[in-house]
Amino acid sequence: MVKKIDKIQAQTVKKVMRYIGKYKIYLYISLLFAFVSVFLTLYIPKLTGIAVDYMIGKGKVDFNGIKNTIIQIIVCIILTAIAQWIMSLCNNKMTYQVVRDIRNDAFKKIQHLPLKYIDGHSYGEIESRVITDADQFADGLLMGFTQFFTGVCTILGTLFFMLSINVFITIAVVVITPLSFFVAGFISKKTFVLFHKQSQIRGEQTGLINEMIEGSKVVKAFNQKENVMKKFNAINDKLEDTSLKATFFSSLTNPATRFVNSLVYTSVGIVGALGAIKGNLSVGQLSAFLSYASQYTKPFNEISGVITELQNAIACATRVFELIETESECEEKQEAVEKEFFNGEVVLDDVSFSYVKEQKLIENFNLKVKRGERVAIVGPTGCGKTTLINLLMRFYDVNSGAILVDGVDIKNYKRGSLRNGYGMVLQETWLKSGTIRENITMGNPDISEEDMIRVAKICHIHSFIKKLHDGYDTVISENGEEFSQGQRQLLCIARVMMSKPSMLILDEATSSIDTRTELKIQEAFNVMMEEKTSFIVAHRLSTIRNADIILVMKDGRIIEKGNHEELMKAKGFYYNLYQSQFLGKAI
Amino acid sequence: MKSLLIYLKDYKKESVLAPIFKMLEACFELIVPLVMAAVIDVGIVNSDKTYVMKMCGVLVLLGIVGLAASITAQFYAAKAATGFASKLRSALFEHIHSLSFSQTDVFGTDTLITRMTSDINQVQSGVNMVLRLFMRSPIVVIGAMIMAFTVNPSEAFIFVIVIPLLAIVVFGIMLITMPLYKKAQARLDLITRGTRENLTGVRVIRAFNKEESEEKNYFENTKALSKEQQFVGGISGLMNPITYLMISFATIALIYSGAVKVDTGILTKGQVIALINYMSQILIELVKLANLIILTTKAVACGDRIAAVINTKPDMVNGKEEVINTDNNEVLSFDHVSLTYKGGQGKALDDITFTIQKGQTVGIIGGTGSGKSSLVNLIPRFYDATEGKVSIFGRDVREYNYNLLRDKIGIVLQKAELFHGTIEENLKWGKENASKDDIEKALEYSQAKEYVDKKPGKTSFEIEQNGRNLSGGQKQRLTIARALIKKPDILIMDDSASALDFATDAKLRMSIRNMSKDITTFIVSQRAASVQYADVILVMDDGKLVGKGTHEELLAQNKVYQEIYYSQFPKEEAVNG
Repeated sequence: MVKKIDKIQAQTVKKVMRYIGKYKIYLYISLLFAFVSVFLTLYIPKLTGIAVDYMIGKGKVDFNGIKNTIIQIIVCIILTAIAQWIMSLCNNKMTYQVVRDIRNDAFKKIQHLPLKYIDGHSYGEIESRVITDADQFADGLLMGFTQFFTGVCTILGTLFFMLSINVFITIAVVVITPLSFFVAGFISKKTFVLFHKQSQIRGEQTGLINEMIEGSKVVKAFNQKENVMKKFNAINDKLEDTSLKATFFSSLTNPATRFVNSLVYTSVGIVGALGAIKGNLSVGQLSAFLSYASQYTKPFNEISGVITELQNAIACATRVFELIETESECEEKQEAVEKEFFNGEVVLDDVSFSYVKEQKLIENFNLKVKRGERVAIVGPTGCGKTTLINLLMRFYDVNSGAILVDGVDIKNYKRGSLRNGYGMVLQETWLKSGTIRENITMGNPDISEEDMIRVAKICHIHSFIKKLHDGYDTVISENGEEFSQGQRQLLCIARVMMSKPSMLILDEATSSIDTRTELKIQEAFNVMMEEKTSFIVAHRLSTIRNADIILVMKDGRIIEKGNHEELMKAKGFYYNLYQSQFLGKAI
Repeated sequence: MKSLLIYLKDYKKESVLAPIFKMLEACFELIVPLVMAAVIDVGIVNSDKTYVMKMCGVLVLLGIVGLAASITAQFYAAKAATGFASKLRSALFEHIHSLSFSQTDVFGTDTLITRMTSDINQVQSGVNMVLRLFMRSPIVVIGAMIMAFTVNPSEAFIFVIVIPLLAIVVFGIMLITMPLYKKAQARLDLITRGTRENLTGVRVIRAFNKEESEEKNYFENTKALSKEQQFVGGISGLMNPITYLMISFATIALIYSGAVKVDTGILTKGQVIALINYMSQILIELVKLANLIILTTKAVACGDRIAAVINTKPDMVNGKEEVINTDNNEVLSFDHVSLTYKGGQGKALDDITFTIQKGQTVGIIGGTGSGKSSLVNLIPRFYDATEGKVSIFGRDVREYNYNLLRDKIGIVLQKAELFHGTIEENLKWGKENASKDDIEKALEYSQAKEYVDKKPGKTSFEIEQNGRNLSGGQKQRLTIARALIKKPDILIMDDSASALDFATDAKLRMSIRNMSKDITTFIVSQRAASVQYADVILVMDDGKLVGKGTHEELLAQNKVYQEIYYSQFPKEEAVNG
């Protein structure tokens, strides 16, 4: 298990390195300057020590020597400051560019993901991969660059400088320091379990919060506030308890390592002072040593923090890469063609399809639709109506059989070209944030102002758009929250009407529009459907009556096929369904 | 943020002790350079080995006492912070549920959830850090300065000059970068929105072949974000080099003027080293302080957002009346009722007056946005009328206790909302001590039995969060069962059969009719078929009540009703049917 995780981590690091590759030059510059700045920072205490040694005692201070040393120190600190800044600029550039590249790749991937993946994952999850995980990765990467390199350089550098002053004391320092590592490691192992538990409980609580706030009307209607509070507080107490433990134990790291450091500092003091008494060491050297000892231990504390941070960053990166590496929709065939205009002849030839292997849905489905025919699809919820549309639009690919448009298998058309041929209005309205104009002219951005307004009038949206502050240039928020469901649906209808497709798919396109308005735009619908092959899914039987072919579906199968009169005569499922709308009379 | 501090009041002891122990730790740390100076000036100069050992023993002791103080401080800080967060979470959760819907509508669900989760977490770590470091860092900085004074007052003036300068640089850079960070955050919000839109709208985007233009748009944003982040990063990256420069120059000044004083015998070598040590302690603390301030500002911003919710007083007052006289025949009456939503344009309901008798089935019909849902939302007091009076069983709804009122009403909402738990648990929301028989009956009446029986475990079938593992129609039928099991006096079905086919819808209405003749039922629908056999039909149009009567009456003379009806039943069919 652990090995497997290590392997994944190693792979992720390799992938990250590939992204960094483009910005290699910044990496090298950053490394170089990290080295320079560390070297100089460490050189300064030595100089300071020399300066101190020039102060031998009252009346015996070598001012010339001190002046010379001070000049050296000044040069060093200025260079250090510059090196530090350049390093941070490089790290910034590298990190933010890499994250941008990764995020862009993730977004590109979203555009090519099979619908199956998107339908099967919650939007929040995918979104958090692209946003939160990428961000955390950036934070970790930046911290890694800035602290890890300098930390390692500092440890090596201090070792070098300490050795250059006194080997014996250096050994004392090197022997004691791992203790702080050990302590920090022990604590972080303990706290990892606690933090894991904390995030688990947090997840549980967030789930409850989500449900109860979204469903707060129901909570109120059923007077469940007290029960819900009880449930909430039970989880909340559990969280408080775990959170206290996790926070406390993790906060022990600093004092504990600080204590170990103070031990190091003290031992340097003892050994150094005794050495000085013997005359092996000058006081200035001792002061430099003390400063090295504290500098040497600091990165150890930081590195243990940085390592957890880096691990977290790698975990986040792994999640983003998982998304980026998800299999895309199958490649377009080499010989796939663009087609400008479709005649609109649609044939389903022995089509079988299911979302999950075990659950058969559509089987051996056959259908021939001539140009300009209207196909209505009727049936109880979950009978496969929407699935059929997913297949026609090639959001999903058939498992076996083929769908042909104008006599050619749709797999031989470019996806974009096929989808351009259809105009689609779905039950779930979707509008993008932007102006109304951008939204309704999405399928035909070159439409003239007059044409746009003409269509808008037909769709009964002109009057309410005109009342808005900026008319057609009013910016609407995400998903057009400010409009009623019905208005949104009308906007979606207008969007399709403006694009003039050859074939139409209407999935409960008017379900949220009241029947009076529907009646008024029916005229427009009729004009739009003229000469066009159209597929209509509807609950309202009045919408369906005029179709050329009515498909009655149940459990993924077509159980009846024909026009209204034929099906009524057959007195089958359709007949019952149709009659049931008058059934209320019995009560 | 300030108003949230009352949730710390149970942790007074912890909130005081944590910083005090932190302060103690800092004081012990400040003594260390002095001891080291003594080692050099006394121990080394006099070649006194036992003195060196003794002083080092003091150092170890200081370390141990410091460790103990620090651990105590960490514990109290953690305890206060987690306890505070827990109290706050519980209070906020309860508060959200006591707000009226017109208030929660203004905040929005997403906002409230963020307040409950990530905002509180931020505040928790903020409180924790503040308790731990806010006392420590200034104490170390100022303490170092005071210690410098004890060593030598004239040398200490270098500290007096450099500390305020450092403060100016640190705060100056933060003041400059803070708005820039906010700007970058706003850009990230745009990117988040772009991501979400492309997921929710994936079908439409692909249908219109908009992938490329969406990509272009997105890439522009990520490019701008990267630029902004680099810019602000570059500025805040100046903080370290500049503070480093200042401290180093101060150290040089210390060395030089120290040298002069050593020469004249005012200072010893060891004292110069002690002064230099204090200077470097300041540098370390300053970096910590800067990080702390960033974290605190974040936490305060989150705290302010939470406070905005918590300080919103519920705008509806619970009634005092504890009895409902259900014998009264006049179940419901609207008396010149108008409703305007907060931030809404125009009236959602406009001067509505009607009365309903016990046991009647009332149909409410009208177009989208005509005010049907608004009307029924006033009955269980989800909202209060802006003008006029809504009365139930002869008394103003505002006089009743909420729980009492809502106990009498079973409501099925437009959006079918179920909760994580078994089917049985969900139904028991309607009646806590419901028997097996009650549950079976409710399922039967709501036409849910046929599919529930097919589920593994039947009524103990586990429903996922938000009822994800049920279809729309299945969810709707369960929410109906949940309302029926209550045996309410008033049953409201707000377009709650929309996902049912006509046959099931009709069976459902029939079975409700047969349940009890005392139940007053309100059926909101767009389907004329669903309401046409009601005793009274209310016809809504643009917030106004434009018709009231039976199907025959309305069909004969009400223009709006005629339009609705004939749009669904073309004339010849209606006659045949």
